[in-house]
Amino acid sequence: MQVNEKEFKPTIVAFCCNWCSYAGADLAGTNRLNYPADVKIIRVPCSCRVNPMFILRAFQRGADGVIMCGCHPGDCHYTTGNYYARRRMTLLFSMLDYLGIERERTRVEWVSAAEGAKFAATMNEFVETVTKLGENKRLEDLRCKEK
Amino acid sequence: MQRIGVFVCWCGSNIAATVDVEAVSEALKSEPGVVFSTNYQYMCSEAGQNMIKDAIKEHNLTGVVICSCSPRMHEATFRKTVQGAGINPYMVEIANIREQCSWIHKDKQTGTEKAIILGKAAIAKVHLNAPLTAGESPVVKRALVIGGGIAGIQTALDIAEAGFDVDIVETKPTIGGKMTQIDKTFPTLDCAACILTPKMVDCAQNEKIHIYSYSEVTAVKGFVGNFTVSIKKKARYVDTTKCTGCGVCTEKCPVKNVPNEFNLGMNNRRAIYIPFAQAVPKVATIDADYCNMLKNGKCGVCSKVCTAGAIDYKQQDEIIEEKYGAIVAATGFNPIKLDNFDEFAYSQSKDVITSLEFERLTNAAGPTSGQLLRPSDGKHPHTIVFVQCVGSRDTSGCGKPYCSKICCMYTAKHAMLTREKYPDTDVYVFYIDVRTPGKNFDEFYRRAVEDYNVHYIKGMVGKVAPRADGTLDVQASDLISNEQLHISADLVVLAAAIEPDKSARPLATMLTASMDTNDFFTEAHAKLRPVESPTAGVFLSGTCQGPKDIPETVSQASAAAAKVIGLLCKDKLTCNPCVAHSDEMLCNGCSSCEKVCPYGAITYSDKEFRMPDRTTAIRRVAAVNEAVCQGCGACTVACPSGAMDLKGFSNKQIMAEVDAICK
Amino acid sequence: MQGKMIARAKELLQNGTVNRVIGWKAGDFAYDITPAVFSSAEELDAGFVYNDFCGANFSKYLVKESRKEGKILVFLKPCDTYSFNQLTKEHRIIRDNIYVVGVPCDGKTDGETLKLKGITGITGIKTEGDSFVVDTLYGEKTIAKADALPERCLSCKSKKHVAYDELLGEDGEVCESNRFDMVEKLEAMSSEERFAFWRGELSRCIRCNACRNVCPACTCERCVFDNDNSGIAQKAAADSFEENMFHIIRAFHVAGRCTDCGECSRVCPQNIPLHLLNRKFIKDINEFYGEFQAGEDTETRAPLNIFDTEDVEPSIVYEKGGN
Repeated sequence: MQVNEKEFKPTIVAFCCNWCSYAGADLAGTNRLNYPADVKIIRVPCSCRVNPMFILRAFQRGADGVIMCGCHPGDCHYTTGNYYARRRMTLLFSMLDYLGIERERTRVEWVSAAEGAKFAATMNEFVETVTKLGENKRLEDLRCKEK
Repeated sequence: MQRIGVFVCWCGSNIAATVDVEAVSEALKSEPGVVFSTNYQYMCSEAGQNMIKDAIKEHNLTGVVICSCSPRMHEATFRKTVQGAGINPYMVEIANIREQCSWIHKDKQTGTEKAIILGKAAIAKVHLNAPLTAGESPVVKRALVIGGGIAGIQTALDIAEAGFDVDIVETKPTIGGKMTQIDKTFPTLDCAACILTPKMVDCAQNEKIHIYSYSEVTAVKGFVGNFTVSIKKKARYVDTTKCTGCGVCTEKCPVKNVPNEFNLGMNNRRAIYIPFAQAVPKVATIDADYCNMLKNGKCGVCSKVCTAGAIDYKQQDEIIEEKYGAIVAATGFNPIKLDNFDEFAYSQSKDVITSLEFERLTNAAGPTSGQLLRPSDGKHPHTIVFVQCVGSRDTSGCGKPYCSKICCMYTAKHAMLTREKYPDTDVYVFYIDVRTPGKNFDEFYRRAVEDYNVHYIKGMVGKVAPRADGTLDVQASDLISNEQLHISADLVVLAAAIEPDKSARPLATMLTASMDTNDFFTEAHAKLRPVESPTAGVFLSGTCQGPKDIPETVSQASAAAAKVIGLLCKDKLTCNPCVAHSDEMLCNGCSSCEKVCPYGAITYSDKEFRMPDRTTAIRRVAAVNEAVCQGCGACTVACPSGAMDLKGFSNKQIMAEVDAICK
Repeated sequence: MQGKMIARAKELLQNGTVNRVIGWKAGDFAYDITPAVFSSAEELDAGFVYNDFCGANFSKYLVKESRKEGKILVFLKPCDTYSFNQLTKEHRIIRDNIYVVGVPCDGKTDGETLKLKGITGITGIKTEGDSFVVDTLYGEKTIAKADALPERCLSCKSKKHVAYDELLGEDGEVCESNRFDMVEKLEAMSSEERFAFWRGELSRCIRCNACRNVCPACTCERCVFDNDNSGIAQKAAADSFEENMFHIIRAFHVAGRCTDCGECSRVCPQNIPLHLLNRKFIKDINEFYGEFQAGEDTETRAPLNIFDTEDVEPSIVYEKGGN
C-alpha cells in the first residue's frame, strides 16, 4: 500500500525517567506546550531501566521512532544511571545504523524536570523527522522476501 | 485473569474540555479484563475516591486503572484509596491523560484517541502487576554530624536535646568552624565568640554528644537507618584523655614560625598548639609538618614540660567504625582562593586583605589584639576601600556564578565598625548591588550610609596598584556619575566569594548524595524538602547546601535536626517495594549487576540448588538487599540472562505497555 | 605437537594433577574433529588428535566441566585463552578446577572451506611453511594458507596466551590485525547499501541457534530466548523481524564481553558473517571509550559496566558522517 506522506501519522514511543524527563513532560503539559499526539510516553524509574530489548520490541510492534529521555548527565536521581544508559544507547543506535536502519528513528535527549519547553520542542522536532522518513519498514523487512 | 476497573477523571474541564471522557471510559470497557469502567468529575475528591472503593467491592476488582493527572500528582492518593477498599496499593496504574494529553492537545478527537491508547497501555500493565509489600528495616538510634561549625553544633545540640545520641566529626582540632574567626555579627553586632563559645561548651558537656575532633569520615556503607561509617582519628600525638589544656607546651615549644591558620597566617604559632583559648576540646595538637621530634627525633621539649604526661610521639592514626541511623552533612565553606584576581594585587601587597582577614585584624584575640593596623607597617590606615563581589556573580569563569549572599551585610558591618572606632578614617565601598533581604538588614545598611557616612559607590574596582609610598592606587568607575575614580587607599578589603569546603565532594561520593555544579549539596526538593539530600537518611545543614548567613544556617541546622529526630523516633522504616529482584535459578553469577549498582545493594553468595535434573549444585547467585535498593533498574539491563528484574517496572510490564502503544 | 600433548596429558593424568582431559577427538572423517573428554591414557592414545582442523574453542565446555569432581586439563590456543579469562572474570568457570596448557596455533582450517576450494576426499592434513598439504583419496594437494584459512585466522588478533598454567612450545605476540577492515567498509557504505548487505546475509538465518550454542560469552543458565518469562522467548521465529532481533540482542548481550574468537561465524551452517556484528561493537567501544580487549585480563571492568562522565553522547551516531 502506498502511504501518503501527508496522512502518515507516525507511532512514537518515548521512554522517560520518572525524576527528570517525565516531570519535564508534565511541565510541558502544565505550560500547555503543544506537541503531536503521536508521542506516547512510558514511565520508567531511570533511563538505565531502558533495556535495548524494549526499543527493539517497539520497532517490532510497528513504532516508527523511539526516543529515550533521562536526567542530564551528572543529575541522575540515582547518581549514575544515565551514564550507563548513555553507553548502552550509543552502542545500540550505532548498531542499528550499521544494520541500515535509519539512525534518525532513534534518539536520546536529556531533559530536566525544569525543561518543559525543551521536552515539547524535542518531541516536535523528532516527530517531524520521523514523519519525513515515513513508515518504518526496514527493521521489519530486514529478512523479508525477495521483491 | 485480573478484574480491572477503569476510572476516567474529568478534572473539571481540565481533561474533559479536550478529551471526550465518556468515549474513553466506553472504549476501555471492551479491553480484556476490564469489568467496570466509568468517568467522574473529580476522581481525587472524596466522592470520587468513594466511587472507586465502592466499585472495587461491588465488582470484586483486582486491579484499578485511573485515567487522570500525572502519577506524580495523585498516584499516592489513589494507592491509599484502593488500599482502603482492601486491594494492594500497587495494583493501581495511572494513565496520565492531563499533563501528557488534554493539556497539550487542542483537538478533541486527537486528545480522545490518545487518551484511549494511554488507558490501554495502563490496562496492559495492570494485567501484569503483582501485589507488592514494602519491607521494613530497623533504625539505629544514633546520628552523625559531619562538620563542627555553627551548623553542625546546632544540629547536634537539637538532636541531643531530643534524647538521641549524636556524634560530631570535625577535621580541625577544635569545633566552632568559621564563626570562631568572626569578630562581631550583623545586624545586632553581638560578639561572635560570646554567642558561639557557650554552645561549643554545651556540646562538650552534653553526655549525648560525642566529639571526634581532628577526625575525618573515610567510608560510608549502608543505607537510611543503618549506616556504617569509618572515622579516621588523625594522630595528634597528644593523649586527649590526659591533656589538661594548660598550654605550657605551646609556650615552651621551640618551633615558633608556624603560620597560625586561626589568624589566617597573619601571625605565628608553635608546632604544638591549641587553636585558640576557647577551643573545644581544649587539648593540644602537634603539627607533624613542623615538629622537630617527629621530623628528626631531636627535641622532646613538650614531653618534658607536660606534667600530665600527655605527649605521645608514637601515636598513630586510628580508624573506628560506628553505626548511625542518619547522617547530617555540615561541611561548611571557605573563601575562594584569589589566584584568578591579580587585578586586586592580593598577592603583591600585604595591605590588600580578604574580609575574613579583616575580621581577625579587628578581633581582640587577633594578631593585632583588635587594633586596626596595616599588615605592612603596623600603622593605622586612614583610607579603606572595600570591594564587593570579588568572585561572586562572576560569569567569566574566574569566580563563581552565584551570589555569596553574606558579603553585602558583613561589608556594611566592617565599614560601620571602622567608622565608629576610627572616625578619622575614610571608608569606601564599591558594589554592584547592595542586597539586604533579611530582618533588620536594610536598616543596618542604611545606618552605615546615613549615620556613619560610609561612601557607597556603585561600580567595580578595575585595578589596585601598589605605589612606592606604600599606598594603594584604587582605580574604579562610578557608574552613577559615570566617572573614573582614583582613590589612594591605605588598606583594601576584598569580599571574596565563598565556596563549599573541598571535603564536600569526596564526602558526597561516599554518601551517594548529589551535588550541583558548584559543589553545593543538592536538596531532595529545592522548595519543599530543602534540608534533605535525595539520598534517604542524609540531611543538609548550613552552607554546604548554599550560601547562608548565621541566622539562616542556624534555622537550617535546627530544621535538619528536626528531620533527623523524626527519622530516629521510628523503630522501623518502610522500604520502597519497587525494588530489583533476582531470580536465582536464572542468575549466572557474573557480577555485572553488582558492578553497576550505585548503592551496593547487590551481594553474591554460593548457594546450594536442586537443579531440574534432580542433582544438587552449588552456584554463585546474586541477592538484592531490598532496604538498600532504590529501584533504578541499572542492574536489570546489565544482567544478560534476565535474572534481574524490577518489581513494579518489570520487563514484561514495560513490554506490555510498548505493545499496547504500538498496536 | 600432537605427540607432545598426549605425552604431557598422560603425565598429568598419572601424577594426579588432573583426572580428565578435554581435547579434540577424531571423527568419522579427518576434518570433522569433535571436542571430547578423555579420562585415561588408553582413551588418549585411541582418539586424541591435534592438527590443522582443531579450531574448536574449549573455554565454554569448562563452564560445566569445571564444576565436576576433580581437576580437568584443557588445551587452549591463544585466542581461546581470551574467552577463558573472560569466563573466569564472570565467575562462570572455576579456575581452581582447571589446568591450562597453552598450545601454539598458526590458524585452523576446516573441511567445508577446503571442499569449496575443490579439495575433496580428505584423509589428513599437515602444515608446510605457508601452505597446507592435504592428503586426499586422490593424492596430496597443496593449498596456500591464505586461501584455506577462515577470516578469523587471517586477521588473527593475538598469538599470545593470556592465561595458562604451562605452555607447550613458544608463546607468540599480540598481532597487528586488520580485523576491522570489513566493518569499516560497511560503515563507509550508504544506509541503503548496508541494509541490502545485512538483508542478504540475515535472510539466510534458519534460527538453528548454533551461533549461540557455541559462543563462549553465551553461557547463561537459561537464555532469554528460551525463557517464557523473558517476554522475548521464541523457538522458531514468528515473523521476519524476530530473526533480526535475535541477532541484535545476542550481539548486544555479548557486547563488551565478546573476545572476537569467531566461533559464531565458524559454526554458522548458512555462512552468515556474524562476527561482523560483534566486531562493530568492539570497534565502537574502542573508538568511543578507549581500546578494550575482552578477556585480556580477569580484572578490568566490562565497558558497559563502567562509564566516564565525559563519555560521548549517543548523537555521535548522527554526527560521524557518512550516510
